[in-house]
Amino acid sequence: MPVSTTADGRKVWQRRTTGRQWAIWAGWFAFVVLLVWCWELMTRTTIWAFVYDAPRQISDLGNRMFPPRWSYIDRLIWPLWDTINIASLGTLLGIFIAVPIAFCAARNTTPSLYILRPIALFIIVASRSINSLIWALLLVSIIGPGLLAGIIAIGLRSIGFIGKLLYEAIEEIDESQVEAVRATGANGMQVLDYGIVPQVLPAFFGITVFRWDINIRESTILGLVGAGGIGLQLQSSLNTLAWPQVSLILLLILGTVLVSEWVSAKVRHAVI
Amino acid sequence: MLRLDTLAKRYKTGDHALKGVSFTVEKGQVVGLIGPSGAGKSTLIRCINRLVEPTGGSIYLNDVDLAGLSGGELRRARRRIGMIFQEYALVERLTVMENVLSGRLGYVPFWRSLLRRFRQADVDKAFALLDRVGLSEHADKRADELSGGQRQRVGIARALEQDPELLLVDEPTASLDPKTSRQIMRLIMEICRESGLPAVINIHDVMLAKMFVDRIIGLTAGEVVFDGAPALLDDAVLTRIYGEEDWTAMQASAAEDAADAAATYGAAPPERVKEERMAGLA
Repeated sequence: MPVSTTADGRKVWQRRTTGRQWAIWAGWFAFVVLLVWCWELMTRTTIWAFVYDAPRQISDLGNRMFPPRWSYIDRLIWPLWDTINIASLGTLLGIFIAVPIAFCAARNTTPSLYILRPIALFIIVASRSINSLIWALLLVSIIGPGLLAGIIAIGLRSIGFIGKLLYEAIEEIDESQVEAVRATGANGMQVLDYGIVPQVLPAFFGITVFRWDINIRESTILGLVGAGGIGLQLQSSLNTLAWPQVSLILLLILGTVLVSEWVSAKVRHAVI
Repeated sequence: MLRLDTLAKRYKTGDHALKGVSFTVEKGQVVGLIGPSGAGKSTLIRCINRLVEPTGGSIYLNDVDLAGLSGGELRRARRRIGMIFQEYALVERLTVMENVLSGRLGYVPFWRSLLRRFRQADVDKAFALLDRVGLSEHADKRADELSGGQRQRVGIARALEQDPELLLVDEPTASLDPKTSRQIMRLIMEICRESGLPAVINIHDVMLAKMFVDRIIGLTAGEVVFDGAPALLDDAVLTRIYGEEDWTAMQASAAEDAADAAATYGAAPPERVKEERMAGLA
């Protein structure tokens, strides 16, 4: 009890009991011990000469990267366009598969709680547990290198993300609105259309645009494993140590991400 | 005509919400359902249109037992039962017009409702109802832009758009101020009178119930403990429904409230009163 009585009969309140307070201090102590131990473990294999050298290496690399090789840009425009298309089409593919899965996964809309819902949840977890790059790696070996592998990889990874956030949004809707629509004698599809969809639409747009924004970033590296886009150029530039080209590519990616960030912020602002 | 016959509801948790409720509502009669919180008023209303599944008894609406219906038959029965909700339960992100037209969902095929291509007759009716409840200028607004009283009027219009044979009203005034509460109750009563529409109104405000309805049913712990004219609702009956309380003092303070409301709002200039009357509010 954090409330105790002093000798003169006055009641004293503390946030925690003394025992509990000591337990919390002990917890902090254990955390610090763990931290020190981890640091020790980490630095055991570090070659400090390389670390001390870091500032010189950075300036060296910076010097080699600067100035960017601007003339290389005409070889990058199409790969960049491909990258954006991979992200957009992949997001679209993800939406088409994720929306029905989300409705199956949401407790309040699922047609079968004990069969379909666990399956839908499993698909969502499976999709989320594998990184886009790994999906791309698998798909390149299945359907060969190129844009298609990239699009499908992005799409498969997006299913989990969109599906999870959307089904959570569906579960959070106001049931009284749904009840009111059902009370008019509406059938299942009409209840969906009038009672549920209007409530989850803002969340849906927010999630979709956010995922598209992430996908732009992810699709820039898919080329590393042969799944098309600007990553292909990045890889070949890195392999040939063409640092001015690398810096140009990185600048271009930064610019693209900034633009996609701006677009998604605008869209989210417009729908909510 | 609505007839309930030993209607019972037992929740999975074991709560016996309704223990064999029976009564009959004649055409054009407005019944006020009063009782303490947890007496089963909301459950009773929701059992009638089967938003809650009753576990026993029957519900006859014009000699059809609603308790036995399912699927399409149930939806066809529901579309003739209008319902008005406590927190309005409008679809907040749809427009006022879409909300009113959603009262036709039980009548139109899915593609029409999806594309919002309702029949002109339905749209005409919706405009007439919005006019009736005094919201004709607000048809294009989104429901969440309206005030509480306006939202409840949209709720009323939606229920009437269903062309109902019976009106179920669940605590229509619980979220409204005293003046708006009276306006809303008056509006519901006028509409029921105009078309001889029977209604069951859940209401926790006893004074408001006595003021408006034709007949009062008192529900306590899932059982009917009073059924009669509002005039018969004396202190002894109130004690039977709600338990011991100083009812005389409470009624006196309620009367004061009403007088205050009249003093505050009653002094409005004649034009405004006239406008409100035209809009069906006063």
